[in-house]
Amino acid sequence: MRSSRTGLPLSRLTARDATSEAVAGIVQRPGRAVLTMLGTVLGVGAFVAVLGLTATGAGQISHQFTILQDTTVNVQDNGPAISVAPPYANPPIGFPADADAVAGRIDGVVAAGVWWPVALPQGASFAGSLGPSASASQTVTLMAASAGAVRAMGLSMSAGSPLSKYENDTGQHVAMIDAATATLLGISVARLASHPAVFVDGIAYTVIGIYNSAQRVVSDESAMLIPENTALADFGNPQPGIGNQDEAQMVVATRIGAAQEVARQIAAAELPAGPRRLVVTSPPSPQNLQSQVTGDLAGLFLILALISLLIGAVGIANTTLVAVLERTEEIGLRRAVGARPRHIAAQFLAESTALGTLGGLVGTCIGVGVVVIFAAAKDWTAVLNPAVTLPAPLIGSVVGLLAGSYPALRAARTSPLTALRHA
Amino acid sequence: MTAPVIELRGLARTYPGSPPVPALRPADLVIEAGDYVAVTGPSGSGKSTLLHLLGLLDSPTAGSYLLDGLDTSALNDRDRSALRGGRIGFVFQAFHLLPYRTALENVLLAALYNQTPRGARLQAAADALGAVALEHRLDALPTTLSGGECQRVAIARALVNRPSLLLCDEPTGNLDSRNAATLMSLLDQLNGSGFTIVVITHDPGVASHAGRRITISDGVMAGHA
Repeated sequence: MRSSRTGLPLSRLTARDATSEAVAGIVQRPGRAVLTMLGTVLGVGAFVAVLGLTATGAGQISHQFTILQDTTVNVQDNGPAISVAPPYANPPIGFPADADAVAGRIDGVVAAGVWWPVALPQGASFAGSLGPSASASQTVTLMAASAGAVRAMGLSMSAGSPLSKYENDTGQHVAMIDAATATLLGISVARLASHPAVFVDGIAYTVIGIYNSAQRVVSDESAMLIPENTALADFGNPQPGIGNQDEAQMVVATRIGAAQEVARQIAAAELPAGPRRLVVTSPPSPQNLQSQVTGDLAGLFLILALISLLIGAVGIANTTLVAVLERTEEIGLRRAVGARPRHIAAQFLAESTALGTLGGLVGTCIGVGVVVIFAAAKDWTAVLNPAVTLPAPLIGSVVGLLAGSYPALRAARTSPLTALRHA
Repeated sequence: MTAPVIELRGLARTYPGSPPVPALRPADLVIEAGDYVAVTGPSGSGKSTLLHLLGLLDSPTAGSYLLDGLDTSALNDRDRSALRGGRIGFVFQAFHLLPYRTALENVLLAALYNQTPRGARLQAAADALGAVALEHRLDALPTTLSGGECQRVAIARALVNRPSLLLCDEPTGNLDSRNAATLMSLLDQLNGSGFTIVVITHDPGVASHAGRRITISDGVMAGHA
């Protein structure tokens, strides 16, 4: 653009020229630039690291959570609304006979089945057939379980085979026991082939399988599992009603992420006529948990990050102001070669903004590094939200821009006359 | 006929205060294109005030200053900045080179603000350094240059926009006699190639190079020897 009055092109400073002047201004004093950036580096670094670490931690929690709890749905039989059974006798269990198959038809269900802890008469004991003296009573729970329930429990077998549908349908007197109980009763893996039996309250059950560990239901206790029809025949109906610990339940193993959806459907699928009889428990959604964890401590650290950003801003403002005073001569010279006050302001503003941006970039790198190293050390998966991490250097830019505005204004106001006399 | 490079009509500058200081009393002066003028006078005589007025670094309190026929007193700061950058080349006693920039970058600085395309800028700066016989020191930092070389870089910087007026303020003030002589012959040579030069100095030896001499004493301009 030309001035109509002088016929000369008006002074101007392109963005590209301003940027290269700013970069030249920074690199001419690299040591000082680094020290000036420190506050911004720390602030932005802390910001990125705090958000990254909380996301990583929460991600880790939800990861562990996902594997088991998030794939588990429990359904409890709360009993009929009005007791229809004669006194002192329990009503039939709430689940239909084909409960396992019904549940299996719901999308997302991996395995499902009915089980319940069998209430044994007082003083009932467990005795092994192999060692007459071996017995266990207190610590072992007798459980009725359908073939589907056994699968849903996720047992890892050490010997033999799990309970099957055939044994359930035909009411066989067979059982599975955990390895600890097996040892207690003198039943070793090697002798399983000889069909050892366990006597419970005088009834013999042939042990067909020994399991090591379980993912669901019986993961924390010693248990002896018998087919549910066998249990019904031998011990009668379980007592319904939440809270008495003996009610019939259904354990459902789902695919990852499907638990919520399965939980919404299962009661109506099992008992279309009275789904309210069944009480469904599903894990809380992982998102809720995550936000809970992210809450308190992260807030504190973010305040610290904010404070160091503030310190960073003061640092940049101070250095830029010193630079303005130091470079009065340069300002005068630039004015003499045609720079307008706004060009001087733009130059110092560009310098402080470039410093801030550089600090923001370095800080972001350090923050990302901290998160990655921390996650690697803990064997976790680093979680960095790109929506937070990518714009983080811009925080530095904003800090630099704000910090540079006052010094830039002062530089622009410097009279070229006094500036050139300065030397 | 083209307008004179400089035409002063009753130009005066009084610094406010009590009492006000009349640094330059109303002065008339015409400097034609190609003139080589020396302004001499003792310290505090008003030499620097005249320089600042001529360089558009300061505004007169009375009278008018026509640069290339253009009345500068009617211009706003925006136009004065453009005029300063495009028509006037400054050479200072203290060189005023940026210490962390190479000779080439220092010269480039003068072409930074006047809309010269980047490529043309680089060529012009290299040419200007060639004109002061420093084409071999393009990448030297001022700290590694001698005083004479520094002043030549400063002259190259003043030349890079091919200004109408070369305004030199005590150009030899920081130089030894040998470097001063080299510099003066450079100025002679530039004047010979058509540059209009105004040198402000208190050194009679420097003033003797000029075709015209103007003396200032107590703010009064006199003598056209």
